[in-house]
Amino acid sequence: MNLLLDTWDYLVTAGHWTGEDGMLQLLLQQLLLSLTAMVLAAAIGLPTALWLGHLGRGGFLAINISNVGRAVPTFALLALFVTADWPGTDTLGPYGRAGLATVLALTLFALPPVITNSYVGIREVSPAVKQAADGMGMTGRQRFVRVELPLAAPLVLLGLRLALVQVWATATIAALVAGPGLGRVITDGFYRTNYAKGIAGAVVVAVVALLLELVAAAGVRLLDPTRRASSPNRHPGMSGAPPTVTEEAGDVGS
Amino acid sequence: MTLLVAAAAAGEPSCYSRLTNEWFCAQYLSDYRQEITDATVQHLQITVASVVLGVLIAFPLALIARRLPRLETLIVGAATAVYTIPSLALLPLLVPFTGLSATTVVIGLALYALTILVRSMLEGLRSVPEDVRESAVGLGYGATRLLVLVELPLALPVIMAGLRVATVSTVALTTVGSLVSYGGLGNLIADGVSTNFRAELMTAAILCVAIAVLLDVLIVVAQRILTPWTRGARA
Repeated sequence: MNLLLDTWDYLVTAGHWTGEDGMLQLLLQQLLLSLTAMVLAAAIGLPTALWLGHLGRGGFLAINISNVGRAVPTFALLALFVTADWPGTDTLGPYGRAGLATVLALTLFALPPVITNSYVGIREVSPAVKQAADGMGMTGRQRFVRVELPLAAPLVLLGLRLALVQVWATATIAALVAGPGLGRVITDGFYRTNYAKGIAGAVVVAVVALLLELVAAAGVRLLDPTRRASSPNRHPGMSGAPPTVTEEAGDVGS
Repeated sequence: MTLLVAAAAAGEPSCYSRLTNEWFCAQYLSDYRQEITDATVQHLQITVASVVLGVLIAFPLALIARRLPRLETLIVGAATAVYTIPSLALLPLLVPFTGLSATTVVIGLALYALTILVRSMLEGLRSVPEDVRESAVGLGYGATRLLVLVELPLALPVIMAGLRVATVSTVALTTVGSLVSYGGLGNLIADGVSTNFRAELMTAAILCVAIAVLLDVLIVVAQRILTPWTRGARA
């Protein structure tokens, strides 16, 4: 149990946090990487998946991209990127060593949960509701914006939340291929048999992961229109519908 | 270096020499056959051990969670929290207790599999229609017989879906075990990165995906054999 005490010592030593390559610097770098990848994945994945869902096409692709994403090891893809001539290990501004390779890999692994959940979310909107929207004379676009999108919101947000977990995990693994981020504290510690350092890095990564998850959960609660809408004087049937959808697709993304 | 020179002198340079460093190389496969086989076997052992351990822990947990709704929130919440922790951080957190061993990797991966499995087991058991359960009780089935003969078979499709997800992601995650030198094919990937050995890297990556697909197919076949009635219903 001496190792745990050493780990604690490492964590409370100010020198390990500050300065160039201090944990604070690496933490910010990894947050920046994750944020960039999330923005890229949302910018690419959301419009594609929502539009395909609206049209009802490309379902096979949208569902199976998650299965593919799950089977390809993040470590292997990162390794391939770094070893290839492009993107290689080139430093990319604030993203650090192998920055481009890392951002690309993170974005690729964030896409499957975003695409699958958004697609399923739009598709699972009950046909009766869609027909009602058409019957009211809504155009395709109005139906999409006012009916399908709000009803799909829980699943779309779940997809983004799962993507965030995935991105943070992959960003940590980037260190196994000499990439940037906090994972470097872990790999450095282990490769130089300074296990206290490695475990300290793991503690920081894990704590930040849990904090991110809490923030994401709070964000989902704030943004979800179906939760806001379920005021007590609503018809019970209306607020009852969305949760079943969430449950069904929960295993699609995880 | 002398080895490389000798190879070059003997005729054509092998496709994995420093100079050519090709991504795909048959010569590498035959020269390093033993190393590749060992890594693949270790990968399979770690994956199977993790998933089996995950199932063994998940099953009683799911039963407890179903019986006591208050514990369900706790169990599912704790499992979700574990799932949120990156694999590269979870393994070091286990090292103070289990050391640099294959056990560390197996326990870590079992924890991830557990999360997916507990959820799918709860969902599967919940998907059993209430009237079916009532008929079984009316026929005089006790709790155990009800679970084994009625509920589990009916929940099996959902549970197997969870098992597929858990298995495929465990195959991929096993590579991270290379941090403590027990990563199966991940060890080859790590070595490939540090020595810039493209053929080794590509071979290991492809084998990982192949193992995932193979195990996935095996589970689907097993499910078809175990639940013959779902085939009839679909046809």
